[in-house]
Order: sequence, then C-alpha cells, then structure tokens
Amino acid sequence: MTRTRKPRASAERPLELRLLADMLRIRRMEEKCAELYGAGRIRGFLHLYIGEEACATGAMHALAADDNVVATYREHGHALLRGVGMDAIMAEMFGKAAGCSRGRGGSMHLFDVARRFYGGNAIVGGGLPLAVGLALADRLQGVRRVTLCVFGEGAMAEGAFHESINLAALWQLPVLFCCENNLYAMGTALARSESQTDLCAKAASYRVATFRADGMDVRAVFDTVSRAVRQVREGGGPAFVELQTYRFRAHSMFDPDLYRDKAEIEEWKQRGPIHSLSAQLKAEGRLDEEAFLALDAEAEAEVAAAVAFAEQAPWEPVADLLKDVHTPAGAAAGGTP
Amino acid sequence: MAEINLVEAVNLALAHELARDEAVVLLGEDIGANGGVFRATVGLQQRFGAGRVVDTPLAETAIVGTAIGMAAMGLRPVAEIQFSGFLYPAIDHLINHAARLRNRTRGRLTCPLVVRTPCGGGIHAPEHHSESPEAMLAHTPGLRVVMPSSPARAYGLLLAAIRDPDPVMFLEPTRMYRLFRQEVADDGEALPLDVCFTLRGGTDLTLVSWGAMLHETQAAADALATEGISAEVIDVATLKPLDLPTILESVARTGRCVIVHEAARTAGLGAEIAAGLAEEGLYSLLAPVQRVTGYDTVMPLSRLETQYLPSVERIVAAARKTLEAS
Ligand SMILES: Cc1ncc(C[n+]2csc(CCOP(=O)(O)OP(=O)(O)O)c2C)c(N)n1
Ligand SMILES: [Mg+2]
Repeated sequence: MTRTRKPRASAERPLELRLLADMLRIRRMEEKCAELYGAGRIRGFLHLYIGEEACATGAMHALAADDNVVATYREHGHALLRGVGMDAIMAEMFGKAAGCSRGRGGSMHLFDVARRFYGGNAIVGGGLPLAVGLALADRLQGVRRVTLCVFGEGAMAEGAFHESINLAALWQLPVLFCCENNLYAMGTALARSESQTDLCAKAASYRVATFRADGMDVRAVFDTVSRAVRQVREGGGPAFVELQTYRFRAHSMFDPDLYRDKAEIEEWKQRGPIHSLSAQLKAEGRLDEEAFLALDAEAEAEVAAAVAFAEQAPWEPVADLLKDVHTPAGAAAGGTP
Repeated sequence: MAEINLVEAVNLALAHELARDEAVVLLGEDIGANGGVFRATVGLQQRFGAGRVVDTPLAETAIVGTAIGMAAMGLRPVAEIQFSGFLYPAIDHLINHAARLRNRTRGRLTCPLVVRTPCGGGIHAPEHHSESPEAMLAHTPGLRVVMPSSPARAYGLLLAAIRDPDPVMFLEPTRMYRLFRQEVADDGEALPLDVCFTLRGGTDLTLVSWGAMLHETQAAADALATEGISAEVIDVATLKPLDLPTILESVARTGRCVIVHEAARTAGLGAEIAAGLAEEGLYSLLAPVQRVTGYDTVMPLSRLETQYLPSVERIVAAARKTLEAS
C-alpha cells in the first residue's frame, strides 16, 4: 500500500498549488457528475466545463470575497470556487432540497446569494444586463465592488451583449465582462457566428479596456484577470477579458459533437490546463508526483463526500410545489437569505 | 408508407415544402450542418443547400425579426427556436411586428411566417426547457397558435402553417417527439387549421386537450371506458383562433366537459374554453366544467415535474366529478 503524504492545509499553500488543487476539484466533481448522469441520478441538462477549468480558477482567484459573480449554465466550477460547498452543488444537481438553489435550479441555475454568486443562467446572454444592474446598484448604494460577468463567445451575438456593454461603458460601471471563448456555441464555430472574430476588437468598439489571455494557462488567466479587476476596481470603468479556451467534452450530454474535428479536440487536449500546470510545477521543482496524487486524492474525497451527502439528502416535499412563486404576505421584502 | 415519430414528421413536412416551394426558407441556430437540437431539420441543408436552410448565430431577436422582413417580401420563412424559453427575446418582434404587419398596412403586407419551437415539460429539464407559452401567444391578436399531438397531425398541420399567409406559432410538444410512431404518407396533403379534431366519439362526457396532454387524456378515456363511461376526446390543435363550435356541439351531446392542459392554470386556454361554454353552452351543461391543469408556478425540476403535470388519475377524478354532479 502506498502512503500519500498529507497535503498542507489549502490556505497555507502557495498560489500555484491552490490553483492546481481547485482545477482538480472542478475536474473530479464534473467527471463524477457525468457518471451520475449516465446512471440517471442527475437528470435534465448537464454542460461540462472539462478542459476550461483554468478560466474559472484563474478568474475566481483574482476576485475579492465581496465581489459579485454572474455566470452561465456552464457554471459548476465558478460556483465551487466562489465558495459554494460541493455538497450543496451536488445536491442541487440531484434536484434535492439541500441544494444551493433548494432543488429548483438544477445544474444550470446554481445560486448562492450569501456568496454574491448571482447564478448560473440557462438563457444565453441572460446574465449580462443583470450584471450591469448589480454594478449600478452598487454604485447607487455607495459600495465599491467589482461585478464579474462570465459568458461564452456565443453570447456576443445576442443583442443583450451590446445593450449591456454599452450601458456599462456609458455609465462607467465596475463590470468586468469575462468571455470564455471556447470557439464553439453548441455546434456553431466562432467564424460562422461573428462578423468580427477578434472579440477584443469588438468589445473595444464600446470604448472599454480589453485584455486577452491563454485560457488553458491558469497562471496567465489569474494574472490577466487580476490586472483587469484592479483597473475596474480603481474606477477605470468596465473592462472586457477574452479567455481563449476549449471544451474537451460535447456541449451537453445530448450533443453528438459531430461538428468538430477529432484531431482538433486531441490537439487542445495536449494543452489540458491541469496537465500543463502540474508539468510546469514539476519542471520548476515545486511539485512531485506524490504531491500531485495527494491533491487529487483530496479532490476525490471531497467529491465522494458530496455525492454521499446528495444521495441521502431528502427530496423537496410535494407540498412545497407552489412555494416561492410570490413573497408570502408579511415576509420581508428581498426574500430569505 | 413509413412509420415515423413526431419529430420525423416535422422533418418530412419541412422537406416537402422546401421541395415544393422555392419561397420556403428555414433559419435557426444549428439547424443546418447539425440538424437542430432535436434533429428536426436533419439532412435538409445537405439536400436543399445553405441558402435555403440557414444557420444563424445565437440571436433570437434577429432570427425572428429578420424572418418578418423576409416574409414581408413574399418569402415563407420557417424559423426554429431551440426551446420555447428562448423565444422570449424574440417576443418583441412577434407581438409588435409579425402579428400586426397585416393590420398596420390594411393587408398590403402580410407575414407568412412560421416559428417552430418545442414546448412543454416531461423531459426532466427545468424552467426554460419546459415552458408552455401557448396562452400568452394566443392572447396576441394576429398570431395563429397551433400544436400537433401526433406524427400525422404534425405533418399535415405544419404543411398548412407554412402555406398560411399569416404568422403561425407552431408549438411542438417535446415530450411527444419520440413517444410513438405512426404511418404518415408524404402526400403533401395539409390538414385544416382553425378546427378541432375529434379523436374518439363518446356520449357521457367531453375531454378537451391539446399537445402532449392528449397522451394522458386518451389514457384517461381508456380508463373511463373500462368503467363503462364513454368519453369523447377532442384535440383542439389550433389554439387560436379557437374552434369553439366543435366543442359546443360535442358538449351539447354529452353535457359534461373536462379541459386538460399542462400550462399554468390562471388565464390558461382552459379558462377561455370554459368561458365559451358558459356563454354559449350553459344550458346543455349537466355539470360544472372542470379544468385539469398545471399549477401557477415555474415548472419544477425533474422530481416534482410529475406532480406538476396533469396525470391520468387527476383527469379521471375530474371526469368522475362531472358525472357525480348530476
Ligand atoms: C437565448 C438562448 N438561446 C439558445 C440557447 C441554447 N443554447 C444553450 S448553450 C448554447 C451555446 C452557447 O455558446 P457559448 O455562449 O459560446 O457558451 P458555451 O456553451 O460555449 O460555454 C445555446 C445555443 C439558450 N440557452 N438561450
Ligand atoms: Mg462557446
């Protein structure tokens, strides 16, 4: 039996190891979700982030605890790294009442208001005006805070993108528009969707600062998003970041993935963010295989516990079917935390 | 004649019209090379070319708005919206323009547009992927709202929708896409719009429904038959304009009516039908009209979905109630 070295408590680790550990947490959680989907434990839709982990990891680490985050339906990783517990995420995937959206959101609508995670969003482009509104409210209420709004490149073809970034720029609101450009919107390649495939150029036409990073390199994402966040936080108005990335899996569990060249997928897989970072850290003498396996085991253990939690969690009682459509008379406005 | 399911019937009708009429153009997200999320347009771009089966970016507002312009120029666009929850960004153009073009120009311009979109729950998907927006659409003067409930009616009604000179919202019950197969001849014969279809005759009560709920409604009629109760089953099919005379005629014979729909109850089309019966058929009613519907809530995630959707048991119970009342 091989003994795994006990890893250092996560908070004391150097940043690179925390980034690596978090990418592993997302990866292992999602691999398990895919398995549970196959087994019929998770139903409906499931959009995996596998291959793109460096984006959420670098970006979420660049934020302050108090910042707002708005995401898309491919948001499992973002939610996890904003501090939504894996237990609560997994229970939500199952549709259980212990989930972070109390079983009504599912994989596409993870929410955690206490952590200022304003949701996954099943509507492409749906989160963009919301993010602008959060930022405007912060300004009106005298709070200095950054709102990070994550979306795919497909959303940039929706009217909501243009209306939102224009408002944010016009009113100089503290929004960081963060585009995860994985080159495809379902089966539609970027060039078949955008007249301007240089997404930074497109955003720049609204007179916002633009940044671009290799979305397969978590350190590059962290550095770039950190710079962008700093500029927005210091009152420089909104900014736009393009993270160039790739999803290794199909769009969703229903997608036969016939629109991409297998060779293209394989090529990108060579640049897998977890593999890249761990290889770099090993080359730099800051990680060995044993330490890597320890981090991985830690992630696996967290996933196993989350699944056990979700499995035993109770279903929402049928009596609650009609609850929370309207605020009950006498309840505080603004809802329950 | 081939046995096909509902989504294949949609494909067959689209192919028939693309071949028959050069003015027919399909547009939507991933409908071409990819064949559509539900594969309703599979093979059509290969067969008719990228100029007739057009892949668009993610832009529902522009898809529908552009299709209205095309229709005003005499083309017959058929737009696909991947799920009816994604229709809402396009509602502006449907309500403000498609529905009013004819009226605004006093008939000088018409809008022969079809918007196809899957609707309804039962596929374990939350919210936007399980919407039943038919009443909202039907409330808009100028929009025709059609929902098939079998492969044969999907084929015949879609042909009619494409040939119709005015905008038609063609709502395809997702749960029925692959539920059963039926022989459908590709004969280009359209079914009439604006009329109900009586699916089975009966003498004791009338069950009125549309779309996927006809599956449960027919099963309820079967269950009632084992108790010796004879239920007539009507598929409304065109929800706007509503063929009230067919329903009135049936209820004049049976004296009892249960309306079944999966959309939320309040201001649903069941209320419209019940109001029509109250206004014009009250004296033939032997019992109060019953509605079996979804609830006034957002479609819940998979587990509670079965509680939300009207069940055979709920329909049978409502039917019994009308029989006990007299
Ligand atoms: C308004 C709207 N239209 C269509 C869809 C269906 N849909 C879901 S994801 C998706 C592709 C989005 O691509 P992108 O924005 O690039 O994000 P990615 O999936 O690549 O992360 C589509 C078309 C939707 N959810 N919402
Ligand atoms: Mg994309």
